Amino acid sequence: MARVDTTTNAGQILAAASGGRRRAGDRIFSNLATVSGVTILVLLAGVAIFLFAEGLPAVTASASDLPGGESFVDYVAPLAFGTVLAAALATILAVPLAVAVALFITHIASPRVALTLGYLVDLLAAVPSIVYGLWGIFVLGPAAVPAMQWLEEHLGFIPFFEGPASATGRTMFVVGIVLAVMILPIVSAVAREVFSQTPRRLQEGAQALGATRWEMIRMTVLPFGKSSVISGAMLGLGRALGETMAVTIILSVSGIVTFNLIGQANPSTIAANIALDFPESSGLAINLLIATGLVLFAITLATNFLARWIISRQMTE
Amino acid sequence: MAPPTEKSPTGVELTTQPLALGPNGITGGTLPAWGQYAVIAGAVAFSVALLLAIGSFSVGLMLALTVVVACAGIYAWSRVVEGPRRALDRAVTLSIAAAFGLAMIPLFSLLFEVTKRGIPGLSAEFFTDDSRGVVGGGGAQHAIVGTLVITGVAVVISVPIGIMAAIYLVEYGTGKLRRALTFFVDVMTGIPSIVAGLFAYALFEIFFGPGVRMGVMGSVALSVLMIPIVIRSAEEVLKIVPKHLREAAYALGTPKWKTIVKIVLPTAFAGLVTGVMLATARVIGETAPLLVTTGVINSLNTDPLDGRMENLAVFAYSQYRSPGVDKMASYDLAWAAALVLIAIVMILNVVARLVYRRYKTEIR
Repeated sequence: MARVDTTTNAGQILAAASGGRRRAGDRIFSNLATVSGVTILVLLAGVAIFLFAEGLPAVTASASDLPGGESFVDYVAPLAFGTVLAAALATILAVPLAVAVALFITHIASPRVALTLGYLVDLLAAVPSIVYGLWGIFVLGPAAVPAMQWLEEHLGFIPFFEGPASATGRTMFVVGIVLAVMILPIVSAVAREVFSQTPRRLQEGAQALGATRWEMIRMTVLPFGKSSVISGAMLGLGRALGETMAVTIILSVSGIVTFNLIGQANPSTIAANIALDFPESSGLAINLLIATGLVLFAITLATNFLARWIISRQMTE
Repeated sequence: MAPPTEKSPTGVELTTQPLALGPNGITGGTLPAWGQYAVIAGAVAFSVALLLAIGSFSVGLMLALTVVVACAGIYAWSRVVEGPRRALDRAVTLSIAAAFGLAMIPLFSLLFEVTKRGIPGLSAEFFTDDSRGVVGGGGAQHAIVGTLVITGVAVVISVPIGIMAAIYLVEYGTGKLRRALTFFVDVMTGIPSIVAGLFAYALFEIFFGPGVRMGVMGSVALSVLMIPIVIRSAEEVLKIVPKHLREAAYALGTPKWKTIVKIVLPTAFAGLVTGVMLATARVIGETAPLLVTTGVINSLNTDPLDGRMENLAVFAYSQYRSPGVDKMASYDLAWAAALVLIAIVMILNVVARLVYRRYKTEIR
């Protein structure tokens, strides 16, 4: 037998009993709700359509017509590289820390303070990105200069730390750290959620067999939360890909493609490039920037799709 | 030490001895309760001494060294007394706690720096003056007003759509449309804010021509970011309204729409308000979408349909990006704007949680 939603049915039965048709108020209200729901889908489609319509002229234009004289693909490729590099760096830095933070709140700190600690982590998500940008350039950047010089001196044989180290701190390295701090609350929120849902019987079973707390975490909590942590990491990655102001303010950009994280010249990101150039652009330059925005939209959408898909697959299991 | 003895009822003397599993009995030895604190204190002292000895002391290095030394110390000590498994447990626990501390450093550093650097720029002038025709200095009144207008319009757009969509999801939705909506709302939370700004620009450009800048464009961009947050939170609170309340209303012959308006929404009211406030806090500090839609301007504009409109986040950015002759004065203003912004966000967060705690309906 099919599962019957009693609430909906009760409403319909009653409506039927009181005159055989749905009342006008009901009809209007339910249509209003449905229209609002559909509006959301239209809005999302609209974002894609309008960006596409406004970006298309730049994609089809010949290279000589575009500002800078490069074809669209040549223009967007280094930006896409910078975007992915910054976001990947941030994710690599943030995920282990976020897992540790989540474990600390769910399994190590006493339950009395855990809630407060959770609020503190959430506060990190509430800070506006412009403030992160100012903090990054005035506080973290200068503070990171000695660390970057040390990296250049001692680990300079790794391409990431090739140097010469920037003296201002306006580097990919600092951007990666700031973005990591910004996405930490998102990743750790997902991790916290799943860690706290680890079945008690597993945890208590492990401890009854004599496992220490760390062995219990390693053998029950971490395996249980693994796929959610992965999807949380991808949500964080998506956020880092699209983050604009912190990168715009901190990074000293040039059009180059390099893996050197601590140098003076860094690849820009799509979002930062839009924020830097858009206010002074006109004509085809605007279309070009919108087209890069469409590329960013596609990249983040794909990342989010994948993350949500992993989550929903996990839910059905 | 002699093993403890006791008399059994039969008069035979029993000897209770520790099980001979190891030198320390069944549980093994245990570090004293103060053990880990002693190790941490020792590690701090050791790090300070070492760094002072080699002459390169800095707080960051000291903390990093302390964590490493403390982890190694507690592992070594515990391994000797308690065995390798407990030792690893202690070392991992300590490093996880240290990782949490590390994650908190940016938060406290940021709050401290914003307060310290923001206060010099705050003055009566900051709240009452605009920066028209001023070279470095001036106030941010136009930006504060702009922030309130742009965000206010965004709230007016987002809240009805968001809450009605949540009502659809919880009360009416069935089948494919419901599933699609749930999925795409999640996807929509991941739209980069700059893309939302470009969307608003592309939308208005078609009607108003290139180079258009209006306050309401910013509101539309913010709505794209805000609607999914409102839906998510509204959905959560509508879901927990108990079914028996709805069924009681139906039993009295109340139409469904009236049940929702008179029973469900009032029950969930505190949660809805909290959700809207948190969503507002999330978008009020946005910079990027407003940079491409509302633009930069130095004077007061209160009409969202008429031309450029300044906002606090964009104000902070442009004071930093193109400072006046007196650079420090501009930077002070940027920090002051950041401080005001962060204060607004924090207040919204705190008040939202207070509202929920104070006014939520007790559901039994």
